[in-house]
Amino acid sequence: MPPQLKTLLPLLVVFICLFLLARHFLIPESFGKYGHYRANSLDEIATLPTHYVGKAVCADCHDEEAAKLASDLHKGLTCEVCHGPGSLHIEDQEKGILVKPGSREFCGTCHSLNPARRTEVIHQIDIKTHNIERVNCIDCHNPHAVWEMKE
Amino acid sequence: MAGTLLATSVSNPFTAYIFAANEPDKSKPWYGIGIDIEKCIGCGNCAKACKAENDVPKEPFFFRSWVEQYTIKNDGSLKVQSPNGGIDGQTQDIHEDEIFKTFFVPKMCNHCEKSPCVQVCPVGATFESPEGVVLVDEKYCIGCRYCIQACPYGCRYLHPEKKTADKCTLCYHRLKKGLNPACFEVCPTGARIYGDLHDKDGVMHKFLKEHNCHVLKPNLNTGSKLFYNGLNAEVR
Repeated sequence: MPPQLKTLLPLLVVFICLFLLARHFLIPESFGKYGHYRANSLDEIATLPTHYVGKAVCADCHDEEAAKLASDLHKGLTCEVCHGPGSLHIEDQEKGILVKPGSREFCGTCHSLNPARRTEVIHQIDIKTHNIERVNCIDCHNPHAVWEMKE
Repeated sequence: MAGTLLATSVSNPFTAYIFAANEPDKSKPWYGIGIDIEKCIGCGNCAKACKAENDVPKEPFFFRSWVEQYTIKNDGSLKVQSPNGGIDGQTQDIHEDEIFKTFFVPKMCNHCEKSPCVQVCPVGATFESPEGVVLVDEKYCIGCRYCIQACPYGCRYLHPEKKTADKCTLCYHRLKKGLNPACFEVCPTGARIYGDLHDKDGVMHKFLKEHNCHVLKPNLNTGSKLFYNGLNAEVR
Protein backbone atom coordinates (compact mmCIF):
# COMPACT_ATOMS: atom_id res chain seq x y z
CA MET A 1 0.00 0.00 0.00
CA PRO A 2 1.33 3.47 -0.86
CA PRO A 3 2.34 5.41 2.28
CA GLN A 4 0.00 8.36 1.52
CA LEU A 5 -3.00 6.02 1.58
CA LYS A 6 -1.78 4.52 4.85
CA THR A 7 -1.82 7.93 6.51
CA LEU A 8 -5.28 8.71 5.09
CA LEU A 9 -6.78 5.40 6.18
CA PRO A 10 -7.23 6.28 9.90
CA LEU A 11 -8.76 9.58 8.85
CA LEU A 12 -11.24 7.72 6.65
CA VAL A 13 -12.10 5.37 9.50
CA VAL A 14 -12.67 8.36 11.81
CA PHE A 15 -14.92 9.96 9.21
CA ILE A 16 -16.96 6.79 8.79
CA CYS A 17 -17.32 6.43 12.56
CA LEU A 18 -18.39 10.07 12.89
CA PHE A 19 -20.91 9.56 10.10
CA LEU A 20 -22.37 6.46 11.74
CA LEU A 21 -22.49 8.21 15.12
CA ALA A 22 -24.23 11.26 13.67
CA ARG A 23 -26.64 9.05 11.77
CA HIS A 24 -27.47 7.16 14.96
CA PHE A 25 -28.41 10.35 16.78
CA LEU A 26 -30.11 12.15 13.88
CA ILE A 27 -32.45 9.41 12.70
CA PRO A 28 -35.58 9.26 14.85
CA GLU A 29 -36.20 6.13 16.88
CA SER A 30 -39.04 4.62 14.90
CA PHE A 31 -37.91 5.66 11.43
CA GLY A 32 -38.20 2.88 8.87
CA LYS A 33 -40.34 0.54 10.94
CA TYR A 34 -43.05 0.38 8.27
CA GLY A 35 -41.47 2.37 5.48
CA HIS A 36 -39.43 5.48 4.79
CA TYR A 37 -41.06 7.50 7.56
CA ARG A 38 -41.28 7.90 11.33
CA ALA A 39 -43.66 5.18 12.55
CA ASN A 40 -44.46 7.09 15.77
CA SER A 41 -46.09 9.86 13.75
CA LEU A 42 -48.90 7.42 12.95
CA ASP A 43 -49.79 7.29 16.65
CA GLU A 44 -49.36 11.04 17.02
CA ILE A 45 -51.87 11.66 14.23
CA ALA A 46 -54.21 8.94 15.49
CA THR A 47 -54.45 10.51 18.96
CA LEU A 48 -55.46 13.99 17.76
CA PRO A 49 -58.70 15.19 19.40
CA THR A 50 -62.01 14.73 17.58
CA HIS A 51 -64.64 17.46 17.42
CA TYR A 52 -67.60 15.73 15.76
CA VAL A 53 -69.11 13.27 18.21
CA GLY A 54 -71.79 11.55 16.14
CA LYS A 55 -75.54 11.09 16.24
CA ALA A 56 -75.56 8.37 18.91
CA VAL A 57 -73.82 10.57 21.48
CA CYS A 58 -76.28 13.43 20.88
CA ALA A 59 -79.19 11.02 21.28
CA ASP A 60 -77.97 10.03 24.76
CA CYS A 61 -79.40 13.28 26.15
CA HIS A 62 -81.57 14.67 23.34
CA ASP A 63 -83.47 11.47 22.64
CA GLU A 64 -86.76 13.24 21.78
CA GLU A 65 -85.22 15.36 19.06
CA ALA A 66 -83.22 12.44 17.75
CA ALA A 67 -86.33 10.26 17.49
CA LYS A 68 -88.23 13.04 15.75
CA LEU A 69 -85.39 13.59 13.29
CA ALA A 70 -85.24 9.88 12.51
CA SER A 71 -88.96 9.82 11.72
CA ASP A 72 -88.94 12.25 8.82
CA LEU A 73 -87.20 13.39 5.64
CA HIS A 74 -84.14 14.75 7.44
CA LYS A 75 -83.33 11.30 8.85
CA GLY A 76 -80.18 11.06 6.76
CA LEU A 77 -78.70 14.05 8.57
CA THR A 78 -76.66 13.91 11.73
CA CYS A 79 -77.32 16.57 14.40
CA GLU A 80 -73.96 18.17 13.79
CA VAL A 81 -74.73 18.98 10.15
CA CYS A 82 -76.75 21.99 11.31
CA HIS A 83 -75.67 22.45 14.94
CA GLY A 84 -71.92 22.18 14.39
CA PRO A 85 -69.34 20.01 16.16
CA GLY A 86 -70.45 18.93 19.62
CA SER A 87 -67.29 18.00 21.53
CA LEU A 88 -67.14 21.27 23.52
CA HIS A 89 -70.85 21.02 24.32
CA ILE A 90 -70.32 17.57 25.82
CA GLU A 91 -67.50 18.77 28.05
CA ASP A 92 -69.36 21.86 29.26
CA GLN A 93 -72.93 22.67 28.30
CA GLU A 94 -72.61 26.30 29.35
CA LYS A 95 -69.47 27.13 27.44
CA GLY A 96 -69.99 24.91 24.43
CA ILE A 97 -73.20 26.47 23.18
CA LEU A 98 -74.26 25.02 19.84
CA VAL A 99 -75.81 27.08 17.08
CA LYS A 100 -79.53 26.82 16.24
CA PRO A 101 -79.59 28.06 12.68
CA GLY A 102 -82.78 28.51 10.69
CA SER A 103 -82.32 31.56 8.49
CA ARG A 104 -83.17 31.59 4.80
CA GLU A 105 -79.47 31.73 3.94
CA PHE A 106 -78.61 28.76 6.12
CA CYS A 107 -81.37 26.48 4.86
CA GLY A 108 -80.63 27.81 1.39
CA THR A 109 -77.14 26.31 1.36
CA CYS A 110 -78.92 23.02 0.64
CA HIS A 111 -82.41 24.02 -0.48
CA SER A 112 -82.00 27.15 -2.65
CA LEU A 113 -82.67 26.77 -6.36
CA ASN A 114 -79.59 25.79 -8.30
CA PRO A 115 -79.65 24.03 -11.68
CA ALA A 116 -76.68 21.90 -10.57
CA ARG A 117 -78.87 20.26 -7.91
CA ARG A 118 -80.95 17.34 -9.01
CA THR A 119 -84.62 17.61 -8.12
CA GLU A 120 -84.81 13.91 -7.25
CA VAL A 121 -82.00 14.32 -4.72
CA ILE A 122 -83.05 17.52 -2.93
CA HIS A 123 -86.22 19.56 -2.48
CA GLN A 124 -85.50 23.10 -3.68
CA ILE A 125 -87.22 26.40 -3.10
CA ASP A 126 -86.64 29.95 -4.29
CA ILE A 127 -85.55 31.45 -0.97
CA LYS A 128 -85.95 35.02 -2.27
CA THR A 129 -89.68 34.77 -3.04
CA HIS A 130 -91.05 31.80 -1.07
CA ASN A 131 -93.52 33.01 1.61
CA ILE A 132 -91.68 36.29 1.97
CA GLU A 133 -93.83 37.63 4.86
CA ARG A 134 -92.04 35.33 7.28
CA VAL A 135 -88.36 36.07 7.82
CA ASN A 136 -86.77 32.74 8.74
CA CYS A 137 -87.49 29.23 7.52
CA ILE A 138 -87.97 27.97 11.08
CA ASP A 139 -90.79 30.50 11.61
CA CYS A 140 -92.97 27.99 9.73
CA HIS A 141 -91.00 24.77 9.36
CA ASN A 142 -89.79 22.47 12.09
CA PRO A 143 -86.34 21.33 10.93
CA HIS A 144 -86.54 18.14 13.01
CA ALA A 145 -89.83 17.11 11.38
CA VAL A 146 -89.89 18.84 8.05
CA TRP A 147 -93.58 18.53 7.15
CA GLU A 148 -94.75 19.63 10.55
CA MET A 149 -95.77 23.29 10.15
CA LYS A 150 -95.72 25.77 13.00
CA GLU A 151 -98.67 28.06 13.48
CA MET B 1 -45.21 -19.60 -11.96
CA ALA B 2 -41.51 -18.90 -12.12
CA GLY B 3 -42.24 -16.05 -14.47
CA THR B 4 -44.74 -14.51 -12.05
CA LEU B 5 -42.31 -14.87 -9.18
CA LEU B 6 -39.58 -13.22 -11.19
CA ALA B 7 -41.94 -10.46 -12.31
CA THR B 8 -43.10 -9.67 -8.74
CA SER B 9 -39.57 -9.86 -7.39
CA VAL B 10 -38.62 -7.18 -9.89
CA SER B 11 -41.80 -5.12 -9.87
CA ASN B 12 -42.32 -4.84 -6.10
CA PRO B 13 -38.94 -3.30 -5.31
CA PHE B 14 -39.38 -1.20 -8.45
CA THR B 15 -42.70 0.13 -7.14
CA ALA B 16 -41.19 0.65 -3.72
CA TYR B 17 -38.18 2.59 -4.90
CA ILE B 18 -39.61 4.48 -7.86
CA PHE B 19 -43.02 5.38 -6.45
CA ALA B 20 -42.09 5.31 -2.75
CA ALA B 21 -45.11 3.04 -2.34
CA ASN B 22 -45.19 0.23 0.19
CA GLU B 23 -46.91 -3.06 -0.38
CA PRO B 24 -50.47 -2.97 0.97
CA ASP B 25 -50.70 -4.79 4.28
CA LYS B 26 -53.40 -7.40 3.67
CA SER B 27 -54.23 -7.64 7.38
CA LYS B 28 -55.19 -3.96 7.50
CA PRO B 29 -57.93 -2.12 5.60
CA TRP B 30 -56.87 -0.40 2.40
CA TYR B 31 -59.06 2.65 2.21
CA GLY B 32 -60.70 3.92 -0.94
CA ILE B 33 -63.19 6.74 -1.37
CA GLY B 34 -66.24 6.94 -3.61
CA ILE B 35 -68.00 10.21 -4.49
CA ASP B 36 -71.31 10.24 -6.36
CA ILE B 37 -71.41 13.52 -8.29
CA GLU B 38 -75.07 12.97 -9.15
CA LYS B 39 -75.99 13.06 -5.46
CA CYS B 40 -73.85 16.06 -4.50
CA ILE B 41 -75.95 19.19 -3.84
CA GLY B 42 -72.99 21.49 -3.23
CA CYS B 43 -74.03 22.49 0.28
CA GLY B 44 -70.41 22.69 1.43
CA ASN B 45 -71.03 20.88 4.70
CA CYS B 46 -68.06 18.63 3.98
CA ALA B 47 -65.72 21.59 3.59
CA LYS B 48 -67.11 23.25 6.71
CA ALA B 49 -66.87 20.10 8.83
CA CYS B 50 -63.33 19.44 7.59
CA LYS B 51 -62.21 22.86 8.76
CA ALA B 52 -63.89 22.46 12.14
CA GLU B 53 -62.63 18.93 12.76
CA ASN B 54 -59.04 19.45 11.69
CA ASP B 55 -58.49 23.06 12.83
CA VAL B 56 -57.76 24.21 9.29
CA PRO B 57 -57.15 28.01 9.11
CA LYS B 58 -60.42 29.83 8.40
CA GLU B 59 -58.99 32.01 5.59
CA PRO B 60 -60.60 31.16 2.25
CA PHE B 61 -57.44 29.77 0.67
CA PHE B 62 -56.63 26.89 3.00
CA PHE B 63 -58.69 23.80 2.30
CA ARG B 64 -58.32 20.09 2.85
CA SER B 65 -61.70 19.48 1.27
CA TRP B 66 -63.77 21.81 -0.91
CA VAL B 67 -66.58 21.82 -3.47
CA GLU B 68 -66.33 23.18 -7.00
CA GLN B 69 -69.26 24.11 -9.20
CA TYR B 70 -68.73 23.42 -12.89
CA THR B 71 -70.88 25.21 -15.45
CA ILE B 72 -70.67 24.42 -19.14
CA LYS B 73 -72.40 27.08 -21.24
CA ASN B 74 -74.21 26.46 -24.50
CA ASP B 75 -71.28 28.00 -26.40
CA GLY B 76 -69.00 25.35 -24.88
CA SER B 77 -67.15 27.64 -22.49
CA LEU B 78 -66.46 26.34 -19.01
CA LYS B 79 -66.72 28.15 -15.70
CA VAL B 80 -65.45 26.69 -12.44
CA GLN B 81 -66.20 28.42 -9.18
CA SER B 82 -65.67 27.63 -5.54
CA PRO B 83 -66.42 30.70 -3.39
CA ASN B 84 -64.79 30.07 0.00
CA GLY B 85 -64.52 26.41 -0.93
CA GLY B 86 -68.32 26.19 -1.10
CA ILE B 87 -68.63 26.64 2.68
CA ASP B 88 -71.17 29.49 2.44
CA GLY B 89 -73.16 27.69 -0.25
CA GLN B 90 -72.99 28.05 -4.01
CA THR B 91 -74.78 30.55 -6.21
CA GLN B 92 -75.30 30.47 -9.95
CA ASP B 93 -75.05 33.83 -11.72
CA ILE B 94 -75.34 32.45 -15.26
CA HIS B 95 -78.88 32.46 -16.61
CA GLU B 96 -80.49 29.05 -16.82
CA ASP B 97 -81.13 29.36 -20.57
CA GLU B 98 -77.40 29.77 -21.24
CA ILE B 99 -76.41 26.66 -19.28
CA PHE B 100 -75.74 23.45 -21.13
CA LYS B 101 -74.74 21.49 -18.08
CA THR B 102 -73.85 22.21 -14.49
CA PHE B 103 -72.78 20.04 -11.55
CA PHE B 104 -70.78 20.01 -8.34
CA VAL B 105 -67.49 18.23 -7.80
CA PRO B 106 -66.34 17.75 -4.21
CA LYS B 107 -62.56 17.65 -4.07
CA MET B 108 -60.23 16.21 -1.48
CA CYS B 109 -56.95 14.29 -1.31
CA ASN B 110 -57.02 11.30 -3.68
CA HIS B 111 -54.79 9.25 -1.34
CA CYS B 112 -52.84 8.00 -4.34
CA GLU B 113 -51.15 4.64 -4.21
CA LYS B 114 -48.14 6.02 -6.10
CA SER B 115 -48.34 9.52 -4.67
CA PRO B 116 -46.28 12.16 -6.41
CA CYS B 117 -46.15 14.09 -3.12
CA VAL B 118 -44.61 11.14 -1.27
CA GLN B 119 -42.06 10.58 -4.00
CA VAL B 120 -40.70 14.13 -3.90
CA CYS B 121 -40.44 14.55 -0.11
CA PRO B 122 -36.71 14.92 0.60
CA VAL B 123 -36.91 13.96 4.28
CA GLY B 124 -39.57 11.23 4.43
CA ALA B 125 -42.05 13.49 6.23
CA THR B 126 -44.95 12.57 3.99
CA PHE B 127 -45.79 8.93 3.58
CA GLU B 128 -48.44 6.37 2.90
CA SER B 129 -49.72 4.69 6.05
CA PRO B 130 -50.25 0.89 6.11
CA GLU B 131 -53.95 1.66 5.50
CA GLY B 132 -53.18 3.53 2.29
CA VAL B 133 -53.77 6.98 3.78
CA VAL B 134 -51.27 9.65 2.74
CA LEU B 135 -50.16 11.56 5.85
CA VAL B 136 -47.74 14.31 6.83
CA ASP B 137 -45.38 14.02 9.79
CA GLU B 138 -45.60 17.54 11.21
CA LYS B 139 -42.49 17.18 13.37
CA TYR B 140 -40.36 16.01 10.48
CA CYS B 141 -41.64 18.28 7.69
CA ILE B 142 -39.20 21.06 6.83
CA GLY B 143 -41.75 23.11 4.90
CA CYS B 144 -39.92 23.00 1.57
CA ARG B 145 -43.21 22.95 -0.41
CA TYR B 146 -42.02 20.31 -2.93
CA CYS B 147 -45.08 18.19 -2.22
CA ILE B 148 -47.42 21.15 -2.72
CA GLN B 149 -45.97 21.62 -6.19
CA ALA B 150 -46.01 17.92 -6.94
CA CYS B 151 -49.66 17.25 -6.11
CA PRO B 152 -51.53 17.30 -9.42
CA TYR B 153 -54.85 17.77 -7.61
CA GLY B 154 -53.90 20.85 -5.59
CA CYS B 155 -54.77 19.14 -2.34
CA ARG B 156 -51.95 20.50 -0.17
CA TYR B 157 -51.16 23.85 1.38
CA LEU B 158 -48.53 25.27 3.68
CA HIS B 159 -49.97 25.78 7.14
CA PRO B 160 -49.49 29.50 7.91
CA GLU B 161 -48.66 28.96 11.60
CA LYS B 162 -46.93 25.60 11.69
CA LYS B 163 -45.05 26.29 8.44
CA THR B 164 -45.40 22.66 7.47
CA ALA B 165 -47.28 21.04 4.63
CA ASP B 166 -50.84 20.14 5.54
CA LYS B 167 -53.41 17.98 3.82
CA CYS B 168 -56.44 15.71 4.18
CA THR B 169 -55.69 12.81 6.53
CA LEU B 170 -58.98 11.02 5.74
CA CYS B 171 -59.53 11.94 9.42
CA TYR B 172 -57.03 9.25 10.40
CA HIS B 173 -57.60 10.14 14.07
CA ARG B 174 -61.33 9.39 13.61
CA LEU B 175 -60.82 6.23 11.58
CA LYS B 176 -58.60 4.84 14.33
CA LYS B 177 -61.34 5.53 16.91
CA GLY B 178 -63.95 3.79 14.78
CA LEU B 179 -65.63 7.02 13.67
CA ASN B 180 -66.39 8.18 10.13
CA PRO B 181 -64.24 10.96 8.70
CA ALA B 182 -65.91 14.34 9.31
CA CYS B 183 -66.88 15.03 5.69
CA PHE B 184 -68.56 11.64 5.38
CA GLU B 185 -70.30 12.13 8.73
CA VAL B 186 -72.03 15.36 7.70
CA CYS B 187 -72.84 14.70 4.03
CA PRO B 188 -76.64 15.12 3.94
CA THR B 189 -77.27 13.11 0.77
CA GLY B 190 -74.76 10.30 1.26
CA ALA B 191 -72.88 11.40 -1.82
CA ARG B 192 -69.58 10.18 -0.39
CA ILE B 193 -68.62 6.80 0.96
CA TYR B 194 -65.34 5.22 1.98
CA GLY B 195 -64.35 1.67 2.70
CA ASP B 196 -61.84 -1.11 2.52
CA LEU B 197 -60.85 -1.88 -1.06
CA HIS B 198 -59.62 -5.37 0.00
CA ASP B 199 -63.07 -6.29 1.29
CA LYS B 200 -64.87 -8.09 -1.52
CA ASP B 201 -68.25 -7.69 0.23
CA GLY B 202 -67.59 -4.12 1.35
CA VAL B 203 -69.29 -0.89 0.39
CA MET B 204 -66.49 0.21 -1.92
CA HIS B 205 -66.68 -2.94 -4.03
CA LYS B 206 -70.45 -2.48 -4.25
CA PHE B 207 -70.01 1.18 -5.22
CA LEU B 208 -67.43 0.39 -7.91
CA LYS B 209 -69.53 -2.46 -9.25
CA GLU B 210 -72.78 -0.52 -9.48
CA HIS B 211 -71.43 2.76 -10.81
CA ASN B 212 -69.29 3.79 -13.74
CA CYS B 213 -66.40 5.24 -11.84
CA HIS B 214 -63.49 7.31 -12.95
CA VAL B 215 -60.51 8.88 -11.24
CA LEU B 216 -59.10 12.37 -11.81
CA LYS B 217 -56.14 12.62 -14.22
CA PRO B 218 -55.72 8.87 -14.83
CA ASN B 219 -53.00 9.64 -17.40
CA LEU B 220 -50.66 10.65 -14.57
CA ASN B 221 -50.65 7.10 -13.18
CA THR B 222 -50.92 8.29 -9.59
CA GLY B 223 -53.00 5.29 -8.55
CA SER B 224 -55.72 7.54 -7.15
CA LYS B 225 -58.05 5.83 -4.68
CA LEU B 226 -60.77 8.48 -4.99
CA PHE B 227 -63.40 7.22 -7.42
CA TYR B 228 -66.03 9.53 -8.88
CA ASN B 229 -69.34 8.37 -10.28
CA GLY B 230 -70.63 10.51 -13.12
CA LEU B 231 -67.38 12.38 -13.68
CA ASN B 232 -67.38 14.61 -16.75
CA ALA B 233 -64.35 14.85 -19.02
CA GLU B 234 -64.25 18.60 -18.32
CA VAL B 235 -63.33 18.08 -14.67
CA ARG B 236 -59.66 18.66 -13.93
